[in-house]
Amino acid sequence: MKYLIMIHSNPSVRNLWEEFSDAERFEFGRAHLALTEELVASGELVAGEGLPDPSHSTRVSVRDGRTITSDGPFAESKEHLAGFYLVDCDSRERALEIAARVPDAVYTGVEVRPVLDLSGLDL
Amino acid sequence: MTLPVTAEVEHAIRSAAPQALGVLVRRYGGFDACEDAVQEALLAASQQWPRDGVPDNPTGWLVRVAARRWVETARGEIARRRREQAAAALAPPEPAPVPGTDDTLALLLMCCHPSLNPISQVALTLRAVGGLTTAEIARALLVPVSTVGQRISRAKQRIRAHGAEFRMPPPDELPQRMVSVRHVLYLIFNEGHTASSGPALQRVELAREAIRLTRQLRRLAPGDGEVAGLLALMLLTDARRPARAGPDGQLIPLAEQDRRRWDRAAIAEGVALISNTLPHAALGPFQVQAAIAAVHDEAARAEDTDWPQVLGLYDVLDRLAPGPMVTLNRIVALAMVHGARIGLERLAAAEHDPALAEHHRLEAVRAHLLDLAGEHEAARDHYRRAARRTLSLPERQYLAARAGGRSRSRRDHDRVGAARASRAQGPDVEVAP
Repeated sequence: MKYLIMIHSNPSVRNLWEEFSDAERFEFGRAHLALTEELVASGELVAGEGLPDPSHSTRVSVRDGRTITSDGPFAESKEHLAGFYLVDCDSRERALEIAARVPDAVYTGVEVRPVLDLSGLDL
Repeated sequence: MTLPVTAEVEHAIRSAAPQALGVLVRRYGGFDACEDAVQEALLAASQQWPRDGVPDNPTGWLVRVAARRWVETARGEIARRRREQAAAALAPPEPAPVPGTDDTLALLLMCCHPSLNPISQVALTLRAVGGLTTAEIARALLVPVSTVGQRISRAKQRIRAHGAEFRMPPPDELPQRMVSVRHVLYLIFNEGHTASSGPALQRVELAREAIRLTRQLRRLAPGDGEVAGLLALMLLTDARRPARAGPDGQLIPLAEQDRRRWDRAAIAEGVALISNTLPHAALGPFQVQAAIAAVHDEAARAEDTDWPQVLGLYDVLDRLAPGPMVTLNRIVALAMVHGARIGLERLAAAEHDPALAEHHRLEAVRAHLLDLAGEHEAARDHYRRAARRTLSLPERQYLAARAGGRSRSRRDHDRVGAARASRAQGPDVEVAP
């Protein structure tokens, strides 16, 4: 079963980050790396990335077959996706266990959601 | 130039693979290195056999090539140790005579060793017993190749660390070990079933692979009633596959399926298998689930379904292997026998169990029962909730359509309308527990 572990960022998280010492920031990054390595080794990591600030986003839409892109600024949203782990593991319990190891869980919290599959009602 | 691997070549490679691995492990010991060597031999076979034809003795060919690889690797290893430690030379072990036994069961038991977690058991079984390449397994499981590679090497490390030996476990351990073998085969089948509407062209059909492996297991353990039950369940479930999705991949529930498209041969085989097994074997959950599938498959029309028998079988399953899915399916059967009102009452009572209250299919069952009870307005509301709670994409589309949340295309609408006019029940919410 695949689960997406989402790391959201919001103003209070950003303030917290500002107050971090260099050593704390380093430790934070190291904990992410360690978790990634562990998930690679266990064969549970499908993908995992960090995302920059939404000011880097480009909005893409198609109208009448024409692609329109716009670089913002977009309406300021308080919370945005700052990173994710896509894991494939044996159970929901295991996914929650992994989520608890994401360093952000200690400071803010992370969101775990199952990925839709293609199963049907009648098996 | 690489020629495409034909079905004949693929069959030859895959059926010879576990035997070749068995011979190698017996010769040299060390499952890990032997499995790597056989994997390389399989890759060589998939390049050479389409060009040169399948050799007379496919197992012998694989053993020869794999043994050569093994010796090369062992020599490299020895040279490395010499350089590192200037240690005394290790001579490659003498090949022992090839035993005429089939090691497939011992291999399966090893791949499903209790020290491994299920995702690793699945990957290792598909590679070592199924004869699939890491890339094929990755495509089938919809995960990256490196992820599967890691699962396999981690699994082999664990097997080594636990000192698991390549031989049959003692008789008192065998029943428990067989439980995990059956479970792994069932997981492989389900994996294939849940992904069956994906881009299947390049992908190994996991459902078919699970059936092939379970057939092998049945030959090796003919007295195991649950293996027979598992094989029957797979056959009877897979038989409906041609009818369970519409042309655009949309879900068609059991009651609305065009039963002429069901695979009659698979149904006949499954029914015969479960009918011959039930009177003799110790009863188990797979046999009961197969019996339920058989009742559905034997009904010429949805309204001919023998619901009292389905209900009786769910009573048995509820005692043998209780769980939220069994509870929900039993309530649907109850409603079909005694009326939707009784079903709704039972659902309201059962909901006090927190495991059920949070179950993603609870609302789908409630919506279905409300529909049956003629409360279409309330049903639509619960179909909407069910669509939000489901974990399946086609199911979400189906439930949303029932909620009227999204209009279907005209063609679908006519087809489903016609099917619904002649049907006696809604979706059979029958999913294994």
